[in-house]
Amino acid sequence: MAQVSAIPRLRRAASGATAGQVAAALAIAAFLILFLAWPVAQVMIAAFQPKGGGGFTLVNFADFFATELFVRSFWNSLYVSGMAVLVATLISLPLAYITSRFEFRGTMLIQTLGVVPLIMPPFVGAVAMGLLFGRNGTVNLLLEDYFGITIPFMEGLNGVVFVQAIHYFPFILINLSTALANIDRSMEEAAQSLGCSGFRLFRRIVFPLAMPGYVAGAALVFIKVFDDLATPLLLNVKDMLAPQAYLRVTSIGIADPMGYVISVVLIVFSLLSMWASSFALRGRDYATTQRGGGGLDRRRLSGPQAVLAYGVVIFILLLVLAPHIGLTLLSFATVWSFSPLPDAFTLAHYARVFDESAVYMKNTVLYAGLAAGIDILLGIAIAYLVLRTKLVGRQWLDYGAMAALAVPGVVLGIGYLRSYYGITLPGGVPLATLWIVIVLALAVRRLPYALRACMAALQQVSVALEEAGENLGATRLRVIRRIVVPLMTGGILAGFVTSFATAAVELSATIMLVQSNADAPLTYGLYVFMQSPAGRGPGAALGIIAVILVAACTLASHLLIERHRRRSGGLR
Amino acid sequence: MMTRSLCLLLGAHIALSMLGAFSISTIAHAQTGKVTVVTSFSKDVTGPIKTAFEKAYPGANLDVQNRNTNAGVKYLQETKANNQVDLFWASAPDAFEVLKSNKLLQAYKIKATGIPDKVGSYPINDPEGYYFGFAASGYGIMWNTRYMQSKKLPEPKEWEDLLKAEYFDHTAIAAPSRSGTTHLTIETILQGEGWEKGWRTLRLMAGNFRQVTERSFGVPEGVNSGQFGIGIVIDFFGFSSQASGFPVKFVYPTVTTLVPANVAVVANAPNKAGAEAFVEFLLSPAGQEVLLDPGIRRLPVIPAVYDKPAAAGLPNPFKDKTLGARVKFDVDLSEKRTNVVDALYDQTITFQHEALKAATKAVHEAEAKLAKKDNPQGRALVKEARDLIAAMPVTEAEVATDAVAKAFTGGKEPGARQAELEQKWAAFAKERYAQARDKAEQAGKLAR
Repeated sequence: MAQVSAIPRLRRAASGATAGQVAAALAIAAFLILFLAWPVAQVMIAAFQPKGGGGFTLVNFADFFATELFVRSFWNSLYVSGMAVLVATLISLPLAYITSRFEFRGTMLIQTLGVVPLIMPPFVGAVAMGLLFGRNGTVNLLLEDYFGITIPFMEGLNGVVFVQAIHYFPFILINLSTALANIDRSMEEAAQSLGCSGFRLFRRIVFPLAMPGYVAGAALVFIKVFDDLATPLLLNVKDMLAPQAYLRVTSIGIADPMGYVISVVLIVFSLLSMWASSFALRGRDYATTQRGGGGLDRRRLSGPQAVLAYGVVIFILLLVLAPHIGLTLLSFATVWSFSPLPDAFTLAHYARVFDESAVYMKNTVLYAGLAAGIDILLGIAIAYLVLRTKLVGRQWLDYGAMAALAVPGVVLGIGYLRSYYGITLPGGVPLATLWIVIVLALAVRRLPYALRACMAALQQVSVALEEAGENLGATRLRVIRRIVVPLMTGGILAGFVTSFATAAVELSATIMLVQSNADAPLTYGLYVFMQSPAGRGPGAALGIIAVILVAACTLASHLLIERHRRRSGGLR
Repeated sequence: MMTRSLCLLLGAHIALSMLGAFSISTIAHAQTGKVTVVTSFSKDVTGPIKTAFEKAYPGANLDVQNRNTNAGVKYLQETKANNQVDLFWASAPDAFEVLKSNKLLQAYKIKATGIPDKVGSYPINDPEGYYFGFAASGYGIMWNTRYMQSKKLPEPKEWEDLLKAEYFDHTAIAAPSRSGTTHLTIETILQGEGWEKGWRTLRLMAGNFRQVTERSFGVPEGVNSGQFGIGIVIDFFGFSSQASGFPVKFVYPTVTTLVPANVAVVANAPNKAGAEAFVEFLLSPAGQEVLLDPGIRRLPVIPAVYDKPAAAGLPNPFKDKTLGARVKFDVDLSEKRTNVVDALYDQTITFQHEALKAATKAVHEAEAKLAKKDNPQGRALVKEARDLIAAMPVTEAEVATDAVAKAFTGGKEPGARQAELEQKWAAFAKERYAQARDKAEQAGKLAR
């Protein structure tokens, strides 16, 4: 491609790492060690100790492979992750294609609504899914009444695939849309002038150019599904790895090492798949020099095309937003039991949560916002260090940060308590009780999302642009600030949004760390409600508040970026 | 822009927490009267009690931290070096036993009067004075009436009913390793019927299960929303679901145990006086009356409270002597083998559920065919299949030995590892279930 000639020159320029780069790398490494590696090691060390304590052994790993349940769980997890990527791709490809290829009204709406499935509040989301798609949910009750059949949407491994794909496809949608928007239009025009068009154009030119975004999203979906325990547990599938680790770690009195052994296996396998996904992009250059052109040429839809496009989009949105539609019904329902729709509707649940939700909302926005902010800062820095410098061991910053994906939240929570509860501030208050610790836990857990987005964004930025800046006398830092970061804006936003949205509904680490109601985020309030029959409605109401809050923040950040982009004059 | 201000904020906080700029104090000084309680109870329970307590003790402020029982115990264990919690408040007596043996509880002599020694056959308070029962609960069966009507199922009364073919795939339970309350249900059945017969009942019942959930509350939630028809639950889930308007009913089987839900003062409590005040309030008639609230519906431990009009509909265990009196529950025995019983249940039932269900289904089908056309050889095969389903990899005496028990203590002593034993038990059960299925299918063919 056009910039091939530029690469050797950059290589020369970057061969000696500057002091600033080394300092940044060390700071990031310190952060990862302090808030990820050290606390996790405090807990995980049990995996390598023989029974009786002390010493080092691998016998626990032998037990892992000798246990039929764990081996079965491993293959099940692998199958589910692979299938979930496939189904998520089928959901997100049409949405990304239609919105970036055609003049399509409501693109912004789709991009916002596309994030909403990620915001699945714990517990209530599960109940709402069950009420719609469960064995005796709305769909199956109606099917049975009218046709005498039922469809097992939420049964077994395929049920997990279905729910996971609906839940996590936004990772692919967001990263793919961003990548499509960054493609150099001249590539497409060149292909067209050579006679390529239609689906072939998309398959041979457009999609390959968007590969970094797709691979980033697909890798996230794969690893996230591999490491996710909430969905399998909600569908009552226990023979998968992550649920096994969770069940082991949280069952009381069982201080046995297998839970930690499984966690180690999860982490190792997640890193392996990260490493494998980098092969998909190896040896190719995805950077383009022309930016701000708004991506692909958009064309008008003809009549029948428009009908088809809108039909597809509406169908997919209805499918993926079904849990939230169910949640909305649940939050207004009096009693909803073994019937297609609730018996009656009421506003009482909202009235009940109204008083306390203000403090929960404030905390949620504060924690998730700070965490996502930390994540994109670290994400940009790591992406830059990995892709643009020659620092020794820079890949390990990437791998280290991604390992967070595979650490069960409860392990991180216990690790924090173990590492930081003993450190007291003047006045006798333990360090671990400060709310900032929750923010750090959230930041560590959601860093991988922001990092993948930033990586993909930087891969699409041409080095030539940076060199131009440097040739004109700008310092390295100034180039990063004035050229690299602005060109990465789309990817950074995608990273911020995914980190923010998912941090806002995190519970498993939070619940170990919340010290009082005044410091609690929405999910904790939700958990408190969802332990009793009368709490179901208020819990759902709180869930809806969380969804709206996060969606509003997402929309606001889209608008902010859009305005910023327009002001800087890049848009046609 | 946003990022920059975030960056500044972040910088400030990292400086604060890491470099030790402690002069800017974010510490809220414990105000007098702040009582911190870690509890597994939902807001429906804690809310009304908090309001009543703060009214009775002006100036008091009950700070409620919600954690499930296991997480709560873990939390106290992890933070004991610098404890900030005054009270632990939860259902399962086992959890309190664990805390007591870890020396994490403070003994206290209660002043409240009018509380009998026992409810059913279970002592209400810890004899050594480390924790106190404030409400009684029993285990039973709850069901969704709409579901039962639609599927034309009769209402179950006893545990044995749940073994019948008609209830196949309709019932749910929480895994005993995940739910202190289910664990006690299982232990009650084992102690009431004996080890071999008890496990037989549990296995055959589990073959009919729709689900073994991983949360106690998953069961009433599923019954309330109609995802399954029948759930094995602790009574207040049934009563409070009813009180919240769900179309459900609840019954105590004859073999049940009433067990107290408890409260305890944590060792080294920052506000010991406040903690003791809360215990006294909870055990006073005023505190006991709050238990009758529609969202709570737990059985008070003061007999006189049952005379209040709000108690209508609640069974009175102090009058109704049949309730929970059948089984002499042995707390020590239960505590000693807790982990082994849970692991046996998980390895042979929870994680082998598919195979167990397939075998059970084959048995039901064979029996249905034999009922139409009898065949003695077929009957014998079905009996063999049932015996295979019920077969146990370990005897009660083996479970009581140190060799088995110590595999589950998780640390200090060398010896058999938990994972080794578990794999052995799981493989044993899996093989038997497959054989049982074969036998039952053969029996079905004979009846044709």
